[in-house]
Amino acid sequence: MQQDKFIWRHKDLLDVDQLTKEEVFFLLDTAASLHEVNLRPIKKAPVLKGKSIILFFAEDSTRTKTSFDIAGKRLSADTFALGKTGSSMQKGESLKDTALTLEAMHPDVIVLRHNCSGAAQFLAERLDCGVVNAGDGWHAHPTQALLDAFTLRRHWGDAFEGKTVLIVGDCAHSRVCRSNVKLLTLLGANVRLCAPRTLMPAGVESWPVETYSDLNKALPGADMVMCLRLQLERMQAGLLPDMREYSARYCLTPHHLSLANPGAKVMHPGPIMRGTDVSAALADCPDSLILTQVESGVAVRMAVLFLLATRTDAGGR
Amino acid sequence: MESFILSNALYLGKPVDVVVREGRIDRLCAHGDASLPEGLDLVDARGQILFPSFIDAHTHLREPGFEWKEDVASGLSAAAHGGFGAVMCMANTSPVNDREAVTRFIIERGRIAWPNGPRVHPIGAATIDLKGELMAPLAELREAGCVAISNDGVPLKSSDMLRRVMEYADDLGLMVIDHCEDPWLAKGSCMNEGETSGRLGLRGQPDAAEAIQALRDIMLAEYLGVAVHIAHVSCARTVDAIRWGKSRGVRVSAETCPHYLFLDDSLMEGYNMYARINPPLRTKADVQAIRQAVADGTIDILVTDHSPHATHEKEVPVSEAPNGFTGMDMAVAVTYGLVREGILDEALFIQRWCTQPGKLFNLPVNSFNQGDPADFFLFDPNLEWTVSPETLYSKSCNTPWLGQTLKGRLTAHWMGGRQIV
Repeated sequence: MQQDKFIWRHKDLLDVDQLTKEEVFFLLDTAASLHEVNLRPIKKAPVLKGKSIILFFAEDSTRTKTSFDIAGKRLSADTFALGKTGSSMQKGESLKDTALTLEAMHPDVIVLRHNCSGAAQFLAERLDCGVVNAGDGWHAHPTQALLDAFTLRRHWGDAFEGKTVLIVGDCAHSRVCRSNVKLLTLLGANVRLCAPRTLMPAGVESWPVETYSDLNKALPGADMVMCLRLQLERMQAGLLPDMREYSARYCLTPHHLSLANPGAKVMHPGPIMRGTDVSAALADCPDSLILTQVESGVAVRMAVLFLLATRTDAGGR
Repeated sequence: MESFILSNALYLGKPVDVVVREGRIDRLCAHGDASLPEGLDLVDARGQILFPSFIDAHTHLREPGFEWKEDVASGLSAAAHGGFGAVMCMANTSPVNDREAVTRFIIERGRIAWPNGPRVHPIGAATIDLKGELMAPLAELREAGCVAISNDGVPLKSSDMLRRVMEYADDLGLMVIDHCEDPWLAKGSCMNEGETSGRLGLRGQPDAAEAIQALRDIMLAEYLGVAVHIAHVSCARTVDAIRWGKSRGVRVSAETCPHYLFLDDSLMEGYNMYARINPPLRTKADVQAIRQAVADGTIDILVTDHSPHATHEKEVPVSEAPNGFTGMDMAVAVTYGLVREGILDEALFIQRWCTQPGKLFNLPVNSFNQGDPADFFLFDPNLEWTVSPETLYSKSCNTPWLGQTLKGRLTAHWMGGRQIV
């Protein structure tokens, strides 16, 4: 592995704002070199042989959980999956006690998905093993932001400076949005958010972003448009009228993309809702990076697991 | 020893001697007054500050039902050591204090644990089981010893229900204390809505949720010609509402707590579950507005909203953590900071913690006049102590001041001339 002389100093990955720009590029470089494993006929490298990784997904997830699982296994780690149903949390065990129980089995890394903002930090403060935040409430989803940067880097190289990124949809309740705003800003991109005010985060005026409620006005100058998934419960909470009106105003279509910069890319953290947050035509078009994002996800998670699980192996801390 | 002379205490900045006879104040005079009666024991106050026993008009003692958090005995212990001679406790126990039996039980528990005081004065539920549907038997509750009425903990959604409770309670001479919170605006929130909540990804509660209900209460009080008391005011908007109500001559009074005078929502950084409370800590600007309101009397009284929770209940992700801080152990030390900063003088400090709540809720207080109950405590303003499970008398230690060093602590407390601490 190319380690140069870089020393990874983080026990946990809770959000991207704990990383410097150099650390981000180091992580993305590591992901790029590990990605090569995914393209081999025999997709396995022995670098995490003997390491144990617990995938603790207290909230439903398909892609993230599978992605972490594959990432761990491709590096020869042993992965163990645990959900909220089927765990003792259903019997009333607290998050703290479940976590302490898991740690007593000596895993190297625990990957946590949880519906409470701050849950990953809660765990990290109480455990000695590495903790990866695989999504905590509305707060953060650092591996998603990193895989998005990894994906964009394949098109933009390291030239994030001056690029304009537009994030459309439910920013208020989106951990993907929060982590992407932080990471893209760190890398030098300009970030715009577009959503009705009811789906904007409180205090967004102090974020380093431009905000729009009109999608047509938000698009000119954009080099990438990221659509966020809309959850049905937002309508039940009275934040929006119906799905029809939402999609009429915010569903990204080829017409919209023609307003953006030439060659602008379309991204989506998934799961996509065709016709609601992104049109079917765009989801399948060549400028759509949606499936590349999924592919990048495995590489980035390999890098994250590798860096956290081997952090102390060389005697460094 | 119910008759003695407390010598060399500092009262309102002046050295005084206090003559106590048979549990009552005989007189307070300048220290060194040659005409002190002879034959009485002398207790040397060594120049410490003398305060009349304070009243905490808003607490949760958790008994019956939640004795692992607190019980009447431990709550009164925190009160005795914190400087409170009278404690009013909210009705959200289990069973709820919506009937005579529960009220009498709470009072009885207090008498057994602390026969000489502090005294517990229950607050009756406004509605059965605090459900907001059926009015509780307020006359029965008053007869049993309740000194006020409140649905605290489960704010009344229906303005009509509140109106009827206010009218009915007014007949009985009972004050209604309203926890102002629009249940829809506040739904599911775990902190103040603002920049911090947006960044942390936690559901916020706009301050308007409180101010809207406070305005509702003020309008109703004016319309009905009755009094209303606004619980734990947390924000500038509510202060403005109360100031407006008072300017119109509405009989509205209000309380706030030590935390709204010293802490803001930046304390939630790092998902600090020990900063979670309802109403939530607001902004620095709100803290300034609350301080001003306490100084100018818009907010009439100080209370603790002492809300004990066990550590294992608080040590969960912040959005799942219960609301509330303990307060009685620390309240006087913390709020004495207002005197240090020149926001209140000691006379106003006594007003906010003692005289005014006594007047609002018809409780006896000691004004150091002849015949007043000899309820007072000595406070050493320079004594430093660290807030820890070992130094707190409450069963719980869910306070944002945990681990911090506070300056000032009670060193002795007498009630009815008997030393209780």
